[in-house]
Amino acid sequence: MTSQLKLQPNQFTIHWLLISLGITFTLFLFHLSNWVPASFAVFALWRYLIAKNNWPYPKLWLRLPLTFAGGITVLVTYGSLFGRDASVALLAVMIAMKLLETRTKRDFIVMVLLSYFFTVNILLFTQAIWVCLAILFALFGLTACLISASRQSASSKHPATWRVEAKLAGKLLMQATPIMLVLFVLFPRIPGPIWGIPQDAYRGMSGLSDSMEPGSINQLSLSSKVAFRAEFKSTIPANNQLYWRGPVLWHQEGRRWTMTSDKINLPTESLETFGETSNYIITLEPHNRNWLLMLDLQDTNPPDTLPEDATIKHDRQVVSKQPVRTRIRYEGRAYLQYKLASKLGDHERSLALQLIEDENPKTRQLANTWVNQQKSHVEIIQAALIMFRDQPFIYTLAPPLLGNQPVDDFLFNTKRGFCEHYASSFVYLMRAAGVPARIVTGYQGGELNPSGNYLIIRQSDAHAWAEVWLQDQGWVRVDPTSAVAPSRIESGISTALSDSDLLPLLSRQDYPMLKKLYLNWDAVNNGWNQWVLGYDQQKQLALLKSLLHRDIAWADIGLILMAVIIVLMLLISYILLRNTVVITDPVKKAYLKFLKKLSHVGVNKFQHEGVIDFGKRAAQQLPKHSSEIEVISALYSSIQYAKPTTTKTKENRIDNHAALQLLKQLIKKLTLT
Amino acid sequence: MKNITDEIIAKANEIILGKELQIKLALACLLAKGHLLIEDLPGMGKTTLAHTLAQVLGLQFQRVQFTSDLLPADVLGVSVYDRNTANFKFHPGPVFTNVLLADEINRATPKTQSALLEVMEEAQVTIDASTYALPQPFFVIATQNPSSQIGTFALPESQLDRFLMRITLNYPDTASERKLLQSNGGRDQLKKISAAIDHKQLQSLQTASQEIYVSDSLLDYLQGILQYSRQSSHFNAGLSPRAGLGLKQSAQAWAMLAGRDHVIPEDVQAILPSVAGHRLVSNSTFSSNSEHIAQLLKAVAV
Repeated sequence: MTSQLKLQPNQFTIHWLLISLGITFTLFLFHLSNWVPASFAVFALWRYLIAKNNWPYPKLWLRLPLTFAGGITVLVTYGSLFGRDASVALLAVMIAMKLLETRTKRDFIVMVLLSYFFTVNILLFTQAIWVCLAILFALFGLTACLISASRQSASSKHPATWRVEAKLAGKLLMQATPIMLVLFVLFPRIPGPIWGIPQDAYRGMSGLSDSMEPGSINQLSLSSKVAFRAEFKSTIPANNQLYWRGPVLWHQEGRRWTMTSDKINLPTESLETFGETSNYIITLEPHNRNWLLMLDLQDTNPPDTLPEDATIKHDRQVVSKQPVRTRIRYEGRAYLQYKLASKLGDHERSLALQLIEDENPKTRQLANTWVNQQKSHVEIIQAALIMFRDQPFIYTLAPPLLGNQPVDDFLFNTKRGFCEHYASSFVYLMRAAGVPARIVTGYQGGELNPSGNYLIIRQSDAHAWAEVWLQDQGWVRVDPTSAVAPSRIESGISTALSDSDLLPLLSRQDYPMLKKLYLNWDAVNNGWNQWVLGYDQQKQLALLKSLLHRDIAWADIGLILMAVIIVLMLLISYILLRNTVVITDPVKKAYLKFLKKLSHVGVNKFQHEGVIDFGKRAAQQLPKHSSEIEVISALYSSIQYAKPTTTKTKENRIDNHAALQLLKQLIKKLTLT
Repeated sequence: MKNITDEIIAKANEIILGKELQIKLALACLLAKGHLLIEDLPGMGKTTLAHTLAQVLGLQFQRVQFTSDLLPADVLGVSVYDRNTANFKFHPGPVFTNVLLADEINRATPKTQSALLEVMEEAQVTIDASTYALPQPFFVIATQNPSSQIGTFALPESQLDRFLMRITLNYPDTASERKLLQSNGGRDQLKKISAAIDHKQLQSLQTASQEIYVSDSLLDYLQGILQYSRQSSHFNAGLSPRAGLGLKQSAQAWAMLAGRDHVIPEDVQAILPSVAGHRLVSNSTFSSNSEHIAQLLKAVAV
C-alpha cells in the first residue's frame, strides 16, 4: 500500500490540479487581497515548470521559511488569522504553496480533498449563478485529478489519457446529480444561514446608513449593485410615486443627520389611507442593516401585513429584528394616498424643529425674513422650492466640499449638490422657519426589467427627501431635488446628470443592446435568487405540501430525506447486484436462454465447461432431447468458434445472421419435460 | 485429412496398447512442430512410443542414450582432419535425423543438454564456423526418469520451456496389459508396421494444422487462461507468451485430429495439462501441479 501511495502520478494529474485550482483562484480574485491569487500564479507556474522540465522540488529549508512568510503576510494584510477573509486567505496561500510538495499519489489525494473544501469556500463570499457554474468546472477538474492520481498505479493496461479521465469524471458528476437534487430539495432547511459566519463576512455589504452627511449617499450613487428587486402584483405606480422608505433622520448636528434614539418611546404616527392599495413583493439583497425598504406608505391595518419578524417605528419606518444578512423576500402593501399623523405631539414637534444653535447665520436670516413676511407654512415651503428652482442650483454627483457653515455655504455659495444636499438644507431651512420637518432616506424609482416584469432598484437609486408636517395634512413629502432636477424623479438618475458626470456604466442610457442583454441576465439571476438561493424552509414546506397533499412538519423532512436515500441505495444495489455482467451479444443471449431452460430441469453448465462437452453431458442426462441439445450446442459452438464461411464481411453478417436465427428458433422450440 | 490421422493413430495403437490419448497428444505435438518430453518410470514404453511414431510417420530415427560423460560432439558431430584433402571433414552426429530420441536426457551434463536444446530451437548445427542444416522435419523426443534423481542434472525451467508438451504414459490398464503379455512386446512388432505417410504428407498436415481457424471468442478464452495463470497465487510464475503460442498451436493440431476446421475450448482443455504442466511451477510442495492445473481450468469461464 505504502509503495503504491508513493508512486509518481502521470503528467495529466498535475495539469488537472493546476487548471481546477486556477479556476477557483480566479473566482477568489474579487474577494481576496490581490497578492493571494498572485502568489498562486507564481507557485503554480513553478510547479508546472518542475513537472515540465524535471526540475528538483524545493527543499525543506526553502519551503519552511516560505510557509512562515505566507502566514505572516496574511496576518499583516488582514490583521488576524481568524475571521472569514483571513482564514480563507490563509487556506488559499497554504494550498498554493502545498503545490511545491505535491508529488506522490498520496500528496495528490490530500491536495484534491483540500481543494474541494477550498473551492466551496467561495460560496461564503458570493452565490451568483456564474460562480456556481464555474465551481462545477473546478469540481470536474478536481474529480478528474483524483481519478488520474488513482488510476496510474492501478494498472498499466489502460494507458493514461486525459480524455478517459475527463470522461470518467463527467460520468461520476452526472451520476451524482440526482443525489445532489434530492439533497437540495429535501435537506432540512434552517431559517437563516446554516452556520454562523464570522462578522467580517458582512463588511462588503452596502446600503443606507443610519446617519447622513453630505457625501455619504454619493458613495452609493456610484454603485450599480442591486439593492433590491420589486415585483408588483398590479400595475407599477408612476416613477415619481416610487419612494422606497428607509431610515428617517430627525436629529441635526453640524452636517450630520441621525435617527431618533431607540430609547425615546414615541407613539406610532396615525395613518389614514385613501384609494387603492399597491401590492408588491420585494427581494432584498443583504445589507447588514435592519431596514426593510417599503413603498411609501406601508399599510399596517391589520398589523400582520408587515413582513415576518418586522416592526414599525414611530416614524413609519419598517425594520426587522435582525440585520438582513441573507437575501430575503417579503410582501408589502402600500397606499399611495394617505394622511400621516394628523396630530403632532409636543415631543415630536420639538424633535422636528431641533437645530444646533448659532450655525449657518445666513440661512437662519433667510428663514426669518420669510417668517417676518407673515407667510404661512405652505408659502414658506413654496418659497424655498422656488428658490431652488429659480436660482442656479445644479444637480451633480461631484459637488465641491462645503465649509464650516455647510448649509450657508451650499445655499449661498456653491449651489452644487445632489439629493442629500438639497434635502438637508431644505429641512434646515424649514426648521429655521418654524416648520416641523425631517429627512427621509431610501430609494427612489427603479428600473423596469421587461424580461421579468419587475423593478430593479440599485444602490445608485438611493435618495433622500424631506417630509414637513402641516396642520390638517400631516406629514407631507416634499422632494426639493425635484425642484432642481425634475428628471431625477421622473425618469431616473442618469437623465439628471450631465454627460461629464461619473455614473455606473449600466445606469447610462446609451448602449441599448448592452442594456437589454444586462436586463435579460438580471432576469435569470432573479430566478436563481428566487428558486435556488431563496429556497428556504417556507418554500420547501410549500413544495412538499403540494407534492404530498398534506401538511409536513419540519422534522418530517429529515425522515423523507432518509427514506428517499434508502430507496435510492436499495435501487442502486439491486441494479449492481443483478447485472454483474451485461451481455449484449445476441448469440450469447440466445445461448443463455438455452442454459436457463436446461437449468429449470436441473442441468446446469459449469462455467469452465466447453459448449460441446456440456451438450454431451446434458444429452446424457436428458436422453429424450439429446438430439436437439446436441444440435443446438454444435450450432452455437460453430457460430462462436468456426470460421465464417465467406470472407466478405457483408455476406458474413448475413450468414451469421441466418445461423443466429436458426439458433434462436431451435432454442425457442425446445421444450423440456 | 481425418482419414490419414486416424490411420496413423490406429497403426500406432497396434504397437502401444491402450495409450490412445498419449499417442494423440504426441502426434498433435509433432504436427504443431513442437518437441516432446516424455516423463515416466523405466519400462513404461517411452522408447517404443518414440520409435513407433517415427516409424508410422515414415521418418528417419536415431537414438542417443544420454549419460553423464556424453559430450556435445557425441550428439552434434565432429570435424576430423582428412589427410587426403588436407581439410577438416565434418562427421555428422546422430542429431542429423528426423526424429531424435534423447533417452534419459537428465543424465547428461548441462553442457550437453544445452547443446541439444540449442539445436532444437535453431534446427541447425554450427561447428567451427560452418553451419549445417538439419533434415526437415526435425523432432526431438526426450525422455526422462523422474524417480531416480541420483547423478542427474534436472532440466531447468528455461529449458523445459523448449518442449512443447510433456506427457506421462502411466501403467497400462489390465486389458491392455494382458494383451501385451500375450504378445512378445511391442518392439518385435515395430519391424512389421509400415509408414502411413511420407515427408510431403507430413508437411502438408503440419501446414493444415496451422490453418485451423481460431476465433476471437477462443482467443478470449485462451487469454483468460494465460491471465489467470499469471494472477493466481498457486504458481510461482505465469505462462509465458511462448507457452500461449504453444497452447494455440497444440489446440489447432488437436482440433485437426478431431476432424474439425476450427478450435473450440474443449481442444484447449484437452492439451492444456500437457502443454502447461511442465511450465507452471507450483508454489506449494504439498499439492501437485496437476491439481492446480485442474483448478485453473475450472476457474476460467469458457
